[in-house]
Amino acid sequence: MKNSTFTRRHVLAGSSALALGGVFSTRVLSAAPPASATTPELIAAAKKEGQVVWYTSIDLKLSERIGKAFEAKYPGIACKVERSGAERLLQRISQEYASNVHAVDVVNSSDASLLVYWKQQGMLAPYVPEDVAKYYPAEHKDPDGTYASFRVFLCIIAYNTNLVKKEEAPKSFADLLDPKWKGKIVKAHPGYSGTILTATYQISRDIGWGYFEKLAQQNIMQVQSAADPPKKIALGERPIMADGVEYLIFAEKEAGQPVEPVYATEGTPLIIGPNGLFKAAPNPNAARLFQNFCFSPECQQLCIDVGGLRSVHPQAKEHPGRTPLSKIKLMKDDAAAVLQHGEEIKARYVKIFHV
Amino acid sequence: MTTLATGVLRAPRRIGFDASKPVLLFCAAVLCVLIVLPLSWLLYYAFTDKKGAFTLVNFPRLVTDTAYFDPLLTTFVLAIFSSIICCAVAAPMGWLVARTDMPLRRAVRLLVTASFVTPPFIGAIAWELLAAPNSGLLNQLYRDLTGAEAGSHLLNIYSFPGVVFVISCYTFPYVFVLVANALDRTPGDLEDASAILGASMPYTAWRVTIPLALPALVAGALVAFLEAMTQFGTPAILAMPAGFHTMTTKIWSLFQFPPKPDLAAAASLPLLVLTVVLLRAQHMVLGRRGYAVVGGKNSEPRLVQLGGYKWLALLLSLLVLMCPVFLPYFALLNASFSKLASHIVSFNNFTFQNIRFVFTELSATQIAIKNTFILGALAATLGTVLALVIGYVTARKAIVGHRILAFLASAPLAIPGIVLGVGLFFSYTRPPFVLYGTLWILLIAYITLSMPAAYQQMQSAFRAVHPELEDASRILGATQLRALWQITAPLLRTSVIATWCFIFVSVVRELSAAIMLFTSQTKVLSVLIYDLNESGDLAAIAVLGVFMMIITSAVVGLANAFPALGARRTG
Repeated sequence: MKNSTFTRRHVLAGSSALALGGVFSTRVLSAAPPASATTPELIAAAKKEGQVVWYTSIDLKLSERIGKAFEAKYPGIACKVERSGAERLLQRISQEYASNVHAVDVVNSSDASLLVYWKQQGMLAPYVPEDVAKYYPAEHKDPDGTYASFRVFLCIIAYNTNLVKKEEAPKSFADLLDPKWKGKIVKAHPGYSGTILTATYQISRDIGWGYFEKLAQQNIMQVQSAADPPKKIALGERPIMADGVEYLIFAEKEAGQPVEPVYATEGTPLIIGPNGLFKAAPNPNAARLFQNFCFSPECQQLCIDVGGLRSVHPQAKEHPGRTPLSKIKLMKDDAAAVLQHGEEIKARYVKIFHV
Repeated sequence: MTTLATGVLRAPRRIGFDASKPVLLFCAAVLCVLIVLPLSWLLYYAFTDKKGAFTLVNFPRLVTDTAYFDPLLTTFVLAIFSSIICCAVAAPMGWLVARTDMPLRRAVRLLVTASFVTPPFIGAIAWELLAAPNSGLLNQLYRDLTGAEAGSHLLNIYSFPGVVFVISCYTFPYVFVLVANALDRTPGDLEDASAILGASMPYTAWRVTIPLALPALVAGALVAFLEAMTQFGTPAILAMPAGFHTMTTKIWSLFQFPPKPDLAAAASLPLLVLTVVLLRAQHMVLGRRGYAVVGGKNSEPRLVQLGGYKWLALLLSLLVLMCPVFLPYFALLNASFSKLASHIVSFNNFTFQNIRFVFTELSATQIAIKNTFILGALAATLGTVLALVIGYVTARKAIVGHRILAFLASAPLAIPGIVLGVGLFFSYTRPPFVLYGTLWILLIAYITLSMPAAYQQMQSAFRAVHPELEDASRILGATQLRALWQITAPLLRTSVIATWCFIFVSVVRELSAAIMLFTSQTKVLSVLIYDLNESGDLAAIAVLGVFMMIITSAVVGLANAFPALGARRTG
């Protein structure tokens, strides 16, 4: 085993240009395999394998729900969900592959740059489900067919309606820096969460690092996963979250908890969570079946209705009661840039916030 | 007569094969491999740079860079405070339980065991539920009772005192167990002699009982200090929201991608040096005084009559036990059955959905439970046998180099579990031993990590048994191994069972090494709970925590209930 192989800098040195080219390429460079539909042969082969192992950073309740929906549709095939923060998933998969342990079939990460990285390492298998080929817009799928946007969501500010009145609630990132919110904010960490890493990149690009330096003076409560702040504000531990996943706020609000999302006036970070299939997957047929399922309208609708996610499948309908994507000012995502600057962002954050 | 005696003496040598030396040497060799291999990787990474050349460049950074020096200082102060609190609380309680007529002694002992059985990270999460500044149950109660305004709080668990408090809660059982066991074994005739000579009860306690319990107390203080220093779970949960790092969480952060093993290895060497120093100090304090109290003649320990003070003693003990046992478990049970963890369970709040989620919907639960208990039982059995043999070797100086063995057996104490996890990861992910991804690597990690505590326990136990009993057996012709097996081990039965339970419980609550070495198929309960905490699923954690507690208590209770397995027939 080579000890220092997995420094991103080595890999990035020659290939970031390639990544930029590859991600945003036109159809001329596309080398995607033909679209695959769900055939009875595929289902039979998947049943023989008996299980699919899915590593994901989607919040546990939703990821287990998706797994159970897959099991209900295809009885006889178990879906083993392994949930961990996106950056920890990277560590896990790197460790496992370095020791020749091939446990993972499909990976979903809230850090889109990781899928670019794994593709560069040659670990992903090109596979294009039928729905992706037919319906998905070009910016949400890899031209070489190794990944596509399974879920799309936002990283938002939110507040507890029992503790904060609507008129006083922050409406922008700049509002969060008001001294009245000192000691009242909870926030997650880019070193553990892909969502926060991506959001930190977008905010630092569009608003600047000065925002983070001032935010560090606000005595924030630092947690790890982006799935934690929504739970903390629902508990009433802090009244405001500076970042966190939108889909949990929806889930809590619709379950009657006193939380309310805020879409910052400067723009809201957009997080894309692609799905990718590994070449060395131990259950390749089950993995393919699972990929087909993931991108199907029914699974995407499940993600929206039950999960509070957004989908880029044109046939999936937005849930009533939630602000539609078209009405929200979004920041632009850039997976290749996150890949290139990821380490710097984490190091700078640790320096500013001391954890 | 003489011919008869020599005839008896010579016969065993011709008939039997003395397996003592090979067995002892084998166990010593196993211990060496277990500990030296990861240690050597540690030294390799600490002293070499990326190209493999020898360098000292990693060390100055530890002192000059505040990002590394602050956590080091914090950890040291934390360990000192924890150790002091543990000794101050556990020693009197141990005395009360073992040597006085305080009522409900067995219940108190059991409850301390319950607090030991609780993994510290579960305790930390439970205390989060209780003492988080805004949503904590105790703070809500405080605001209700005093009418204070919404932002104020009485307790803030996300702070340095909070971390010290929680660590002490779950480390004091180590000291308690050692002190109570030592005092259990002290026979009454020494104190009787003191009373006959006219000493009052406090004077006897000061001049006779306490010195006899001193080795156990010093050993316990040492274990508490090092345990507090190397804990990962509690700081990982409470220190980050408070905004500081301890050494263990800092080392963990060094393994985020891409990993920096050289800095991590360098960071753990000061901890190792500290252990050596403390062990030498322990040796000097205890000196060459004999502490054997179980000789050929024995008598029942005499209980001190407390009179009217016994109810006060009981009350104080129960108050102490509120912190690690009563309050946290109340919070966990509340969170298991409540729709929202910060609300107290009531009729319209009650739900089974959390339990249903954990046991039917969470796909990792079954495999985690299975792995944890298999590993626990295996590690406990193998570890106890190893500790018994090594304890014997060092207490009776049975082979050459026993001092080195004593050091090796205690060395893992100073290596943070997480760094040992890394050392093991690098040792066992390359040929010829590729164990990563199997349960074996976790087994090795668990045995290595619980060896120091088990060894300390067995060593205290051996010290209390005078060699004259084994000598008598040897004179009559038994081999060393036979004497150990048939004479010493039965005398140490309580200690052996206690060590087994100790290791089993340590395995169940171990997180810091497991978090480096697990894969999705070899996941254990502690890692599952850590993952759940990362995403804030407090209710699921509460359910799993209560479940873990029930099963481990059942196992420990069973082990202690049968007289054949070591329960005392009196009291």
